[in-house]
Amino acid sequence: MADKSFPNPHEIEAIPGTEGWERMYPYHYLFTTKDKEREAYENNTFWFNDALHYPEPMYPFDIIWDEAWFLALSQFNTRIFMIPPVYGVDHRIINGNVYIAPVPVTDPEEVQKRVPLFMERAGFYFENWNKLHDNWEKKMKGIISDLETLQIPTLPAMEDISVVKNGLGTSSGYELIKNYDKLIDLGIRCWQYHFEFLNLGYASYVIFVDFCTKAFPDIPLQKITQMVAGIDVILYRPDEELKKLAKLAVEFNLASQIGNDTKDVKDVIASLQGSENGKKWITAWEQAKNPWFNISTGTGWYHQDISWNDNLNIPLSSIRIYMEKVKAGISIDRPMEAVQEERKRLIHEYRGLLKTDDDRKTFDQLHGTAELVFPYVENHMFYVEHWFHSVFWNKMREVAAIMTEHKFLKGSEDIWFLSRSEIKEALWDLVTAWATGTKGYGPLHWPEEIAWRKGVYQKFKEHRPLPAYGTPPEVIAEPFTIVLWGVTNESMAAWAKLKEIGDPDKVNEIEGFAGSPGVVEGIARVCRSVEDIGQLKEGEILVAPTTSPSWAPVFQKIKGVITDVGGIMSHAAIVCREYGMPAVVGTGQATAIIKSGMKIKLNGDTGRIYIER
Amino acid sequence: MEKRSDYVLWFEECDLGSIPSVGGKNASLGELLKAQIPVPPGFAITTNAYRLFLEQGGIRKEIYKILENVKADDMDSGEASSKAIRALIEKTPVSDDLQDYIGEFYRRLSKRCNVPAVPAAVRSSATAEDLPGASFAGQQDTFLWIRGMDGILTHVKKCWSSLFTSRAIYYRAKMGFPHEKVEISVGVQKMANAWTAGVMFTLNPATGDRSTIAIDANWGFGESVVSGECTPDNFIINKITDEVIKKTVSHKTILFTRDPVSHSVIKQTVPAERADIQCVVDKDAIELAKIGKRIEKHYGKAMDIEWAIDKDTPGQAKIMILQSRPETVWSDKKVAPIMATRSSALEHICAGLVAGRKLTH
Repeated sequence: MADKSFPNPHEIEAIPGTEGWERMYPYHYLFTTKDKEREAYENNTFWFNDALHYPEPMYPFDIIWDEAWFLALSQFNTRIFMIPPVYGVDHRIINGNVYIAPVPVTDPEEVQKRVPLFMERAGFYFENWNKLHDNWEKKMKGIISDLETLQIPTLPAMEDISVVKNGLGTSSGYELIKNYDKLIDLGIRCWQYHFEFLNLGYASYVIFVDFCTKAFPDIPLQKITQMVAGIDVILYRPDEELKKLAKLAVEFNLASQIGNDTKDVKDVIASLQGSENGKKWITAWEQAKNPWFNISTGTGWYHQDISWNDNLNIPLSSIRIYMEKVKAGISIDRPMEAVQEERKRLIHEYRGLLKTDDDRKTFDQLHGTAELVFPYVENHMFYVEHWFHSVFWNKMREVAAIMTEHKFLKGSEDIWFLSRSEIKEALWDLVTAWATGTKGYGPLHWPEEIAWRKGVYQKFKEHRPLPAYGTPPEVIAEPFTIVLWGVTNESMAAWAKLKEIGDPDKVNEIEGFAGSPGVVEGIARVCRSVEDIGQLKEGEILVAPTTSPSWAPVFQKIKGVITDVGGIMSHAAIVCREYGMPAVVGTGQATAIIKSGMKIKLNGDTGRIYIER
Repeated sequence: MEKRSDYVLWFEECDLGSIPSVGGKNASLGELLKAQIPVPPGFAITTNAYRLFLEQGGIRKEIYKILENVKADDMDSGEASSKAIRALIEKTPVSDDLQDYIGEFYRRLSKRCNVPAVPAAVRSSATAEDLPGASFAGQQDTFLWIRGMDGILTHVKKCWSSLFTSRAIYYRAKMGFPHEKVEISVGVQKMANAWTAGVMFTLNPATGDRSTIAIDANWGFGESVVSGECTPDNFIINKITDEVIKKTVSHKTILFTRDPVSHSVIKQTVPAERADIQCVVDKDAIELAKIGKRIEKHYGKAMDIEWAIDKDTPGQAKIMILQSRPETVWSDKKVAPIMATRSSALEHICAGLVAGRKLTH
């Protein structure tokens, strides 16, 4: 690979009509040539598009999670666990797309100095993993509970008499500002906890992967994951709840009340109220909703990723599918014992192929640790991206409703075009005007600004971001970069190759990672976002920037998945394996090359995609 | 009069203990049968038979006399001796006793196969072959598609005489290996009418990975794969999960098959419509790999296996194993630890982080 395989990030082509876009995002996310040192650093760094988390351009508000993990991941690497060869992961934004870069520790002496510090600090976490992890769960449940009970007060024309009689001494306006701050703080804190275990978790996983691929160069990555993956993972629990409800509905003979997909959930509940069994079923349904229906239909990273609780027809529709299967006598239970047995067998067989006691000892050490940490790697997503985020977005909508009422916004969904600090400022404007008995300035400023931002955002959406900028490094040590984003020799070489070809209409073969085994042929359907999934037809192959477990309804229809970005541990790969569906992930630019309607063949065993032209 | 088992043995009667009398190849076919591996039926003509032939034909002395002229540093002397000895062996008639033994077994083999004068592969099976440090592989001949008693006898003698190719003579002379010590057995085996054939390793020969099985396959007889005359289709199969993890379908140019008129083996161009299609379906490749695993288990070591898929069984593929021997390249390698041993997983994690992942340019 040549030294300069990717463009200079300072020579970015501006998209006409978006001039001034920079003010939509935090200023420190911008590439700059104002300072020679910063310019040189930016030039010599490899920036790759984080399309795994952000298949779409960033909304000014939604970038909050990017800011949150920019800080949290980095601090655990750099300042808390003192990971010897790496500092944090740096972030930039170009035309609404986030680019990230791991920051190496370049001084070998500094690396060595950090080694004993890392051993002590990481050592403490590994030694006390279970105890600390229990505590983590308590902390997470605590802040989710704080979030759920957080009040977003509306502003009354006159404060209640209790404010006077209780000698409260503060107003609803003050409470609104305070609780908005608290809402943001809970979000940032949730993401602090998110990374408490994850950096070490990925590091343990990476070393086990390294060992296995050295011992068995041909071992598919999914087999390595299978050897450490948990069986009873929280992320499957929402689906398990649906299965339970389906079985209960069949047992109680409620099929006619539940009806088919044309019957709205409200009508279904009304019908069920008519019988004792129906009422019992409603109780079970209500119990399942919290927390298990706080599962996002997207990745949870975007405000538009609604949860099952936001649209109860989604889980209801899946329950109907399961009911059909139960009635037909088909088992819908996950074959837990078989999965458990297969996992044991894989471990036993691979271990058995090692030649020496030393190798077996190393295998046991690394496997033991990977197995210890892996449940966290799999489970944290439910707490953070699904449960917390789902509740959080709706709290923000409550803030938006107040701003809409006061004409700061034309509609609640406009709030996502303001950054979190702009909202804070606008709330001050709004609350002060309410307190003063005047009109706020916001209605004169924000609706117009938002209209312009919407136009810019639309142009960003129509523009395809480049996979990377800057100079690829020789070594990558940052565990997240390796595992999650799949930045390895192979993917970088493949991306560079695609770039060389230039004309996407001439590419007949695309390479990615074998995410989930199997081979399928079929018609491609490109879905750039969750909104497009309605276009999917039975038996098509989904081509997406990235997918997630909670594109749940989709998986009943399609027969294969291809993604642009993501390693073997991306949300997409994990779920496809569970669904037994072939997947090729981390292809770089599949959505740019493949067009809906094309006949393609995808091989989840080899990671190759063939396009019939 | 000696027993017939001194001269001819069914493969079922052979095992690794009978290498001195039936040679490595025949013995390994017996071992495969013991492990319930499908092997085309056949029999071994023992080294005793070879010895008896030399005695009854009265040519032993003459052979060793010719060999006295061979000089270890002179290739040409070996060449001339080879020609003379091979001609001598091939023109000397096989005694009636021996003809009876071989003939009786050939008839019984034909009967077992339900084919009059069953087409057979006649192969030499040297006692020193395939033994560690004395690889004579490929130095003895194999004759395919031989039918009828005359043909069998002619080619058995050709196998015997193959002990005296100029290369074999020269090699033994150079290594100081006494010519009298080397003996030869011959195998007569029902010809597998291969639709597809090739080789299989119970490890990946490219990487040494013991968790995979590598299969090379081409249309027709396996000779095109063994000789390297054709780029075969390649399958890498996960031994633990029985899944095809990598597959390369090659452009296959030539194949070996039987000429329907002359019944001899001919080399021909692969018909265009078959040149680029997969010559073994995944399902059969996986079946084959499963057999490979059983063979490996039986021997307790990585194996190098020749196989064929028979076309005499219509409708379903009938997999046959023709040969198997221990893999030598990776198996003989010194074992280096996969990672330097460390006192804890954390030490490994730290060392791994410091080393990082190299991105080769």
